[in-house]
Amino acid sequence: MTANLRRRKLFSHFFEILCGLAVVIALIPLAMILFYVIKEGAGALNWDFFTKMPKPVGETGGGMANAIVGTLILISIGALFAVPVGGICGVHLAEYPSTKFSSVVRFAADVLNGVPSIVVGIFAYGLLVMPVKRFSAIAGGVALGLLMIPIVVRTTEELLRLVPGGLREGALALGARRSRAVFGVIVPAALPGILTGILVAIARVAGETAPLLFTALGNRFWSTSLTQPISSLTMQVYAYANSPYDDWHRQAWAGAFLLVMIILTLSIAARLAVRRLERMNRP
Amino acid sequence: MRRSSDDRKFRLSTGAFAALVLLIVIGIGFELTRQSMLSITKFGLKFWTTSTWDPVSGDFGALPFIWGTLYSAILALLIATPIALGIAIFISELSPRVLRQPLAYLTELLAAIPSIVYGLWGIFVLVPIVRKVEIAMGAKPALGVGMLSAALILAVMVIPFSSSVAREILKNVPSTQREAAYALGATRWEAIKVAIGFGKSGIIGAVMLGFGRALGETIAVTMVIGNSPQISASLFKPQYTMAAVIANEFTEAADELYLHALIEIGLLLFIITVAVNMISRLLIWSMKRRVTAPIIAPILEEAVA
Amino acid sequence: MITLVLEPEPKAATSQAATSMNDDTKISVRDFDFFYGAAKVLHGISLDIPARKVTALIGPSGCGKSTFIRSINRMNDIIPEARASGTIAIDGRDVYRGDTDVVELRRRVGMVFQKSNPFPKSIYDNVAYGLRIGGMRNKRQLDDIIERSLTRAALWHEVKDRLQASALALSGGQQQRLCIARALAVDPEILLMDEPASALDPIATSKIEELIYELKDNYTIVIVTHNMQQAARVSDRTAFFMLGRVVEYAETNAIFMNPKEKMTEDYVTGRFG
Repeated sequence: MTANLRRRKLFSHFFEILCGLAVVIALIPLAMILFYVIKEGAGALNWDFFTKMPKPVGETGGGMANAIVGTLILISIGALFAVPVGGICGVHLAEYPSTKFSSVVRFAADVLNGVPSIVVGIFAYGLLVMPVKRFSAIAGGVALGLLMIPIVVRTTEELLRLVPGGLREGALALGARRSRAVFGVIVPAALPGILTGILVAIARVAGETAPLLFTALGNRFWSTSLTQPISSLTMQVYAYANSPYDDWHRQAWAGAFLLVMIILTLSIAARLAVRRLERMNRP
Repeated sequence: MRRSSDDRKFRLSTGAFAALVLLIVIGIGFELTRQSMLSITKFGLKFWTTSTWDPVSGDFGALPFIWGTLYSAILALLIATPIALGIAIFISELSPRVLRQPLAYLTELLAAIPSIVYGLWGIFVLVPIVRKVEIAMGAKPALGVGMLSAALILAVMVIPFSSSVAREILKNVPSTQREAAYALGATRWEAIKVAIGFGKSGIIGAVMLGFGRALGETIAVTMVIGNSPQISASLFKPQYTMAAVIANEFTEAADELYLHALIEIGLLLFIITVAVNMISRLLIWSMKRRVTAPIIAPILEEAVA
Repeated sequence: MITLVLEPEPKAATSQAATSMNDDTKISVRDFDFFYGAAKVLHGISLDIPARKVTALIGPSGCGKSTFIRSINRMNDIIPEARASGTIAIDGRDVYRGDTDVVELRRRVGMVFQKSNPFPKSIYDNVAYGLRIGGMRNKRQLDDIIERSLTRAALWHEVKDRLQASALALSGGQQQRLCIARALAVDPEILLMDEPASALDPIATSKIEELIYELKDNYTIVIVTHNMQQAARVSDRTAFFMLGRVVEYAETNAIFMNPKEKMTEDYVTGRFG
């Protein structure tokens, strides 16, 4: 073997090892974060956490019951907004994929996907908080919904396109109106995939904090009203983390642990659903 | 004829929802501009070049935030890009087949962790470590919070995005390219370099996507950067980003000018991230197109001849 | 459809009477088996491929000829589940021996693929690739070799004024000749061609065939083709593959005019395949 060849082979092995190192390096923070979240959070999670309200400043104990409920309410509002809008938009893109209009809309959805969540929050603020001069759960929910829309649009379109064209032709040939054919036949066929997309979208917004800071604002008290400020797990964790109290720090970790568990569960559920779908669709 | 009017109704009604999505995006740009008019008209271009941020006297200049945003994002890119590329190469070219899925899944896990959890870990774990390092290095000041922590946390958050897009790009490079290199006596790494060369524009797009993400990241950054509006090249001084100042001061903004100044910062953030995203998607799209072109040319020739 | 279920196993080994030709044998294959995982794809291939002649491998799709040709320069090593046994010796030295340097082997044995695969670089950089990774930096040396390779590939006059232009701007036939030039640049002794003209129009194809005829003065060429007329036009010896075995291997004229095996006769007269 010539010297040149030996050098090239050495280089090759060297860079291959570097790539492996990159993987290891990236996994270190992942491991650390999961470790700390589990270590600090799992221990602090107790029944009180789920059922009690936050105690006044300085007192220990209490929980994040209102924050948990708040998160659920905000996500529900977001989904209520994003699923019809994003879903029907996706339907249109899938049915008319090559029009100029569709290309523009697709591009817009991509742009929306890249907008920082805090900017979306400002938009929701201008639209829903400023005119009525009050913060509300609706404003926060809509902000989350706006963030969900691009994901719902993309997954709906992709999954509807995957449904075999024969299905639509068959339905139309039987005399069904276009809307019937699409919503009655094609969408149900793609439904599992669409639901998965919604799961993914929810996982994405469940962890959002920034856009809620000036829409839903947060609330120390119990509230399920749509027109009042409402708390969320993320905002509560943020507030507690920034506080000087150890007990609140402990609860912040607990909240983080719960958040991670929720998001992990949603992601795994979505992934399993995707795998089952792929297997079903494979001949 | 009933059929076509049904079709038309269908098309129009679904199209209305699609138009809504378009309107939302346009609306964001429009609203942001409208709601920052006071600040735009009062300060004009000076807004972007002055450093005073004084809510009391109503004098606002956003330069420190622009600086902090760009500096932290670029630093994060410098750290994250080689790692993200290394991961993409490892998963798509080097790793044994059984490891591929689990490794890919693990990197996606990094992306799924919400910003607030990164921030929590940042405050309570990363910052103390950085502080110890800074003290050991004799840095002044050695607070732990500052540009270094922000860049590190941003890098970790950006890695999964760039890496998964880069992996897609590499997967799309035709295997015939690598085969050509091997047949000419290339080593494994040289063949990988050929694949990267083929996917160059797409990979740059992947990196830019990560950059866009870093620019807009709010919570994790504000929890570790120190939130002090100063312009400094020092890694150890606390600084401030556009997203962070909006998050921290929005609800405090007592008067309209203050609010409009903050929203104007949001407008700039919007414009920059949209531009970065557009460029990156263009790059990725142009590379996907290049993959199909060489296949089409000879087929077209056959058709012509 | 092929109905040879009841055919006895062809006596392939007796057909390789290469030694009666007085040629040097460049590549000597003995009892070569190849497996993809558990599936045996090549069975006991034994051939002697003569130096500086064109040897064609013909046979129906899936008969193993591509797998065989890729085994010569060990391109199949890239495939994880691939396994080989037996020997393929170039100039007497088995390339499957443990201490063979595969990278060095592939410099000595060049390959041209079915679909041309130029790198997305300039014409110059494409041809220079193999030289550059080999460590050649001197511009004048590079220029010389590149001109020589492009000339040998019958492409020089068409591209000499635009060497910096992108290789992808060339037509399909030109791209294939570029790939040939690229392979020739590293000065291989053997050139393997896997259906080099199958993606080209008739005019480009005939240019490639002329090229092959000229190249054989200096290189040992092994060409896989599904086009029998091409094999007849271009090659000196032909091996007929079927189901991973060499059914017959002889002078091209003999294979096409006077095949010994019935299967060969059926194939070349178009009764199947």
